[in-house]
Amino acid sequence: MTGDTRHQNALLTLEGMTKAYPGVVANDQVSFSILPGEVHALLGENGAGKSTLVKMIYGLVKPDAGHMTLRGENFAPVNPAAARASGVTMVFQHFSLFDALSVAENISLGMDNPPERRALSARIREVSQAYGLPLDPGRTVGDLSAGERQRVEIIRCLLQDPKLLIMDEPTSVLTPQEVDILFETLRKLTAEGTAILYISHKLEEIRSLCEHATVLRLGKVVDTCDPREKSARQLAEMMVGDTLHVPFREAAEPGPVALSMSGVSMKSPTEFGTDLRNISLEVRKGEVLGVGGVAGNGQDELLAVLSGESRAQNGTITLAGTDIGAMPPNARRARGLLTAPEERLGHSAAPDMSLTENALLTGAVREKLVNRGFLRWHRTKDFARKIITEFDVRTPGPDNAAGSLSGGNLQKFVIGREVLQRPDVLVVNQPTWGVDASAAAAIRQSLLDLAQNGAAVVVISQDLDELMEISDRFTALNEGRLADPVPTQGLDVETIGLMMGGGETESAA
Amino acid sequence: MIHLEKRPQPSQFWAGFTPILAVIATMIAGGIMFWMLGKPPLEAIRTIFWDPLFHETFGPYSRPQLLVKAGPLILIAIGLSLGFRAGIWNIGAEGQYIMGAICGAGVGLAFYPSESVLIFPAMVLAGALGGWAWAMIPGLLKVKFGTNEILVSLMLVYVAENLLASVSQGLLKNPEGMGFPGSRNFRDFPAAYNTEIISGTGMHWGVAAAFVAVIFAYVLLTRHMLGFQVRLTGEAPRAARFAGVNPTRLILFCLGTSGALAGLAGLFEVSGPSGQVTIDFNSGYGFTAIIVAFLGRLHPIGILLAGLLMALTYIGGELAQLMLGLPAAAIQMFQGMLMFFLLAMDVLSHYRIRFNKTVPV
Repeated sequence: MTGDTRHQNALLTLEGMTKAYPGVVANDQVSFSILPGEVHALLGENGAGKSTLVKMIYGLVKPDAGHMTLRGENFAPVNPAAARASGVTMVFQHFSLFDALSVAENISLGMDNPPERRALSARIREVSQAYGLPLDPGRTVGDLSAGERQRVEIIRCLLQDPKLLIMDEPTSVLTPQEVDILFETLRKLTAEGTAILYISHKLEEIRSLCEHATVLRLGKVVDTCDPREKSARQLAEMMVGDTLHVPFREAAEPGPVALSMSGVSMKSPTEFGTDLRNISLEVRKGEVLGVGGVAGNGQDELLAVLSGESRAQNGTITLAGTDIGAMPPNARRARGLLTAPEERLGHSAAPDMSLTENALLTGAVREKLVNRGFLRWHRTKDFARKIITEFDVRTPGPDNAAGSLSGGNLQKFVIGREVLQRPDVLVVNQPTWGVDASAAAAIRQSLLDLAQNGAAVVVISQDLDELMEISDRFTALNEGRLADPVPTQGLDVETIGLMMGGGETESAA
Repeated sequence: MIHLEKRPQPSQFWAGFTPILAVIATMIAGGIMFWMLGKPPLEAIRTIFWDPLFHETFGPYSRPQLLVKAGPLILIAIGLSLGFRAGIWNIGAEGQYIMGAICGAGVGLAFYPSESVLIFPAMVLAGALGGWAWAMIPGLLKVKFGTNEILVSLMLVYVAENLLASVSQGLLKNPEGMGFPGSRNFRDFPAAYNTEIISGTGMHWGVAAAFVAVIFAYVLLTRHMLGFQVRLTGEAPRAARFAGVNPTRLILFCLGTSGALAGLAGLFEVSGPSGQVTIDFNSGYGFTAIIVAFLGRLHPIGILLAGLLMALTYIGGELAQLMLGLPAAAIQMFQGMLMFFLLAMDVLSHYRIRFNKTVPV
């Protein structure tokens, strides 16, 4: 379809949309149109301006310039309620649900004019059946899986009879089987004429689902295409504007067992956290073990029990033959077990402290940054500088606050801090979450190099492509249980899905 | 249009310059208030800020008072700031201050009228222990049962006040006091008296202890692992756990240290400037020190200056009431203005002000 006919038939047209924040132009003259019944992909790296753009469409952000037309009429929502009234709804990447309330209560809280509870429950059942999204309106949200929570959000949108549904990274929390269910639903919706604006950086998904893609780079539309006609690599290069570096390493024979867990069970320290159940695992020197699984299935707890922040109630954790189960974090570090948690701001780094101080945070023991309790600031600063140069962290210097760095740069710093301490075993959770493609490639390469030099590496991640790319063996967490690891080579999506889903597919509630 | 823009990180320059700006702003706003009250504004401000130190007649009397008043404030505030930095809120320094005074004075009075040189050191030790033990109550309850240290430490202030009332009329009452409440006066008990180190300056042992505490806290916070852990716990508690900080030990350390320093302040006060255990010797230093700690931005040097400034406005305020007949409420309002401007100006070190709405591209 040519640009002109697209424009004439469009449901929503954006023209010259511009939004600037101090120091950065998030969107610069963005124009495109969305047709009724179309799945329109919005592609771009982190920081390309996707979120700002959809926030303007949803009335959360006021554009500096440009205007939108919805079904031929001027469209300038002052807030999300106005956008919803015009038939534009959005499912966010992070859910805004109350754990302690039921599905129906949550849905009615998010509606502008909620119907009476009994009628609402009936409507929820009706819609959920019509679109193949099984959901019991009476269940407590805290007990739902991430996939089911997403259904709550989607049904909340569907009840408002939307003309345009915006979805921000909807599959990042789903198993492959749940993704299939979601795609079925989306196809049903488009068949009825609803348009979907789909944001993702999972290229295979976009290729299988979307008919039209708009590619953003640094706030500008750099390309449009039909993703079904492009390869994933071509799409990636459109996003990055460069050729991609794919991590590689020489195959190496795995060495002796470096870290083993046997029968480890732990009650989650947080409410609505996931208890670890009878986890056994062996990681050998020189190997990368990938731990997949949908978010909230015990990833944080697994990292905490290995870092020493939490203690297991049962089972043993052995590092090179020594039982370390009762040791605090720094004793484990001294013996060569290093970790990097998922949350950068406030967990693996203190945002308001300088990079030098953040280097001290985990480096104190192994880098000998403390002498009889007194801090060796020069040595610490040198260590921070070394991380910054060797991991290409973009910052004016080690005196800058960690929070002033972009997500990708801070993640490079955090991973670099652990890698440069030459760990025997490194455990990382979501090493490339929210990191742009080139930084992600650099981080993956550094993990592979570490393994090649004889360290055992455990990568916990929700990005299956990442795990397939770098791990030798694959396992998955499901409701706090760990599947038996299998070699990554030749692993098919069906098996992965079964491991992530604990051997059973989603059933109606 | 004016709007604020967050700096990527706090400005060093403005952090140092805002207090000066705040004092100037207070002088202007306070001057206007005094003028509206029909008092000469310049003279009032001079009386508050200048005369306590340099007036020919009053200076010699009020100069020593500066250190006498600032000493306990600084000593207590330094201890509190360690906990506040780590997110541990000891609000009950007043109680620990009273208990330190009771324990220290009790040890001294038990040996009356001995002339041993060991009495005063023993009192100092007992004072510190008394404050420490009183602060350990909220500390242990917090680590064992997860109670809120704000409530427990605050409520223990009232317990301490009642104990003070009880001992000053009972256990520690002067047997030769002809029935009046209150202990023996330490001025009549040289071996136990907290005397001026340099006569006529107000510099007693408690002031010396306050200066030592400032240096100690400064070194701890900038050069020592424990200080780093205190700061890290306050900035990012989860990161602190990840870095291997033991929260139980840190809570007990912070509460214990602030209690011990408050106890010391109480002992030095009761055995020196106050002179005897009376039902109301305490005069609220433990609460004022909370303000001093925050005015000093929880930084040791800042606390030193804030303690001196606070003491100056108290003494100058009293002088202004006396000399110019300013109402006490106006003085309190003036002190309030100073706090307000100091805290409000803080915005300048975290934000920069822009005067138009054009966005830099």
